[in-house]
Amino acid sequence: MTAPAGIVTAKRGVAGRILDFFGKGVVNIVLVIVAVFWLVPTIGLFLSSLRSSVDNSHSGWWTVFTRPAQLTIENYSNLLGNAQFMGSFLNTIEITVPATVLVVVIGALAGYAFAWIRFPGRDWLLVVVIVLLAVPLQVSLIPIAKLYGDIGLFGSVVGVILFHTAYGLPFAIFLLRNFFTQIPGEMLEAARIDGAGEWRIFSRIILPLGLPAIASLSIFQFLWTWNDMLVALIFTNATSQPVTVAIQSQLRQFGANIDILSAGAFLSMIVPLVVFFAFQRYFVSALLAGSTK
Amino acid sequence: MRWRPQRWKPTASKKPPAMTTAVANATDARGSGPVPAPRGSRSTAPRGRRRLVTALIFLAPALFLLGVLIGYPVVYSVWRSLFDASGRNFVGGANYVTMFTDPATFIAIRNNVIWVIVAPITCTVLGLIFAVLMNRITWATAFKLIVFMPMAISMVASGVIFRTLFQENPDLGAVNAGLVAVHDAFSGGAAYPGARPRADNTTLVGTGGAVESATTVHTGQSQDFPLVGILGDTVPAAAADAVPAKSASGTEITGTVWLDFVKGGGGVNGQLGDGKKGLPGIEVDAIDSNGAVVASTRTGNDGTYVLSGLKAGDYRIGLPASNFAASYSGVSWLGPTLVTAVIILAYVWIWAGFAMVMIASGLSAMDVSLQEAARVDGASEWQVFRRITAPLLSPVLIVVFITLIINVLKIFDLVYVIPPGSSLPDATVIAVQLWTVSFGGGNDQGLGSALAILLLVLVLPFMIINVRRFRMEREQ
Repeated sequence: MTAPAGIVTAKRGVAGRILDFFGKGVVNIVLVIVAVFWLVPTIGLFLSSLRSSVDNSHSGWWTVFTRPAQLTIENYSNLLGNAQFMGSFLNTIEITVPATVLVVVIGALAGYAFAWIRFPGRDWLLVVVIVLLAVPLQVSLIPIAKLYGDIGLFGSVVGVILFHTAYGLPFAIFLLRNFFTQIPGEMLEAARIDGAGEWRIFSRIILPLGLPAIASLSIFQFLWTWNDMLVALIFTNATSQPVTVAIQSQLRQFGANIDILSAGAFLSMIVPLVVFFAFQRYFVSALLAGSTK
Repeated sequence: MRWRPQRWKPTASKKPPAMTTAVANATDARGSGPVPAPRGSRSTAPRGRRRLVTALIFLAPALFLLGVLIGYPVVYSVWRSLFDASGRNFVGGANYVTMFTDPATFIAIRNNVIWVIVAPITCTVLGLIFAVLMNRITWATAFKLIVFMPMAISMVASGVIFRTLFQENPDLGAVNAGLVAVHDAFSGGAAYPGARPRADNTTLVGTGGAVESATTVHTGQSQDFPLVGILGDTVPAAAADAVPAKSASGTEITGTVWLDFVKGGGGVNGQLGDGKKGLPGIEVDAIDSNGAVVASTRTGNDGTYVLSGLKAGDYRIGLPASNFAASYSGVSWLGPTLVTAVIILAYVWIWAGFAMVMIASGLSAMDVSLQEAARVDGASEWQVFRRITAPLLSPVLIVVFITLIINVLKIFDLVYVIPPGSSLPDATVIAVQLWTVSFGGGNDQGLGSALAILLLVLVLPFMIINVRRFRMEREQ
């Protein structure tokens, strides 16, 4: 609050400061309330996961504040000893890691071609990639279920990995291409003068310089694949299902066994939350690159 | 915060021509490798073909996967949607007609419309408010993390969270527990549904759910209310053995309200003693001859009450019907009518953070000198926001909005997870219906394909917008 004339400045300054104080107070209170609203659901789930099934079927999680004695890690030890649940956890990793690596590698190759190789039809192909960005993956479910059935990929982890890779690619290509075009052309030309081939330029210049974008893409794709349920719901079976499908089938069958559900849900959240908090800025970059220019 | 290397702004397209020629000459001299000739040099056909081959090697894995897993399915879905469930009989547009006439798919389409109208705008508006307010607090980073965090969680986990939160039983669902607490705080005290005087009690009458003294009571006298019709278990734990009320002064009327029933039998009907419990928290009114309530109080733990401050005279003493109405037990959130609202709320919980982060980055990238200038000219904060910040922000807002619309159209997980089986048909959306009719028992992949094509068509305008935006950015 600055005003041109001296006296006015003084007056406004005091009034403004008082207003500011109240304004800030109100803003703080409002945002504290918002933050509480955003936190309570997760905290509730966490506390539920620390209570026995008997407690969970008779009272709400908030009673732990008055009766902390009911806290137990029983649900977690049960789950960790449950071969089927741990198997689904491993499946999630087996799906997520390859799907992330494949998207990064294939996307980087294609991104390089789009950014630095001037081939005929490049612009049109790029438009196709941008169109594919918005294709709902639901369109592929029926045809690919039939295709996988025909070639024996149905029920396998491989099928899910390929599906996630394909649907991650348009975004990967778009993001990496945009980043790669910003690498200075002089560096590439210099390498060419030194006799470097395309592959060498790609692996020695583009990949190292493109690491920030590759990191963003990896985090994004990792979270997306880890958290997917629909694709896995259709293409996996009881032995290859990831943890999201395992949780939802528990929910379907029993509905109210919140002790197992909450512990399972919380375990499934730990890895993405750690990745998210550790690499938050990369995740944000990916979001920004995906939508804003 | 941003990895985008701004210092690399002079990109390849603007490289100095001198350099280009030098490079072209140098490479020509060496004649090595598949070197793409820089723009403007002799671009002969063989060179172009060689570059195409190189490009194809780099593009091959991507093109293969995109072609097989996205390209082919789009074509196949269009084709498949023209056939019936068996896939053998051509039915033309019949599946598309079914889609809009079948009640189940129609509900799905209708719900999708609700989603698209409500969810993106709510997320964007909340995100905008949060992003603007966030600048004024010292703990902005923590706030951002808290609101953004649900983005990291799977929709299945979020679904479990919201399903538990909105359970109907107020002992288990936090939201209903909160509602009941608030309701009880305002309407007060315990409720005793079904409590009534014994049929042979001549001093009391039940009228329209309320219980009243049969005759008027003079100040200084007392009126007791022995009630039955409720289980001993429903009496609050705080209830003490009922005792006779203290004698009333000239401005008072006193009495006792108790459960006139002894578990296991015994006692005399209408008489205190034998461990009969007082009923705490019951509202007792003194009603004058005009029917107006002139005094009101609540019973204590031993069931006694004292109506004081009365003018000497005769009053009817009543226990209003609110004491005996069924107790409030919250709202059936996951029932057919409200379940979609709850799912959209869960969606907003997840995606408001996305909108907030995007808008906040748009705000921080903004040149604030305009705002400063406006403030110097005496513009209020609201005017600055309305006239300068918001218009400058509109490109970001549009991007966020479009991203959310595309996302909402495809919504599946939350809708599949949150509603209990009984209200799923009322909550269903296109993606869930697609799953249901083609995988979840319906086994009609013709109708499923038609729904998939519907989704694709709905997304089409946004694809065009994306391509346009891309073209415009390139021309800059």
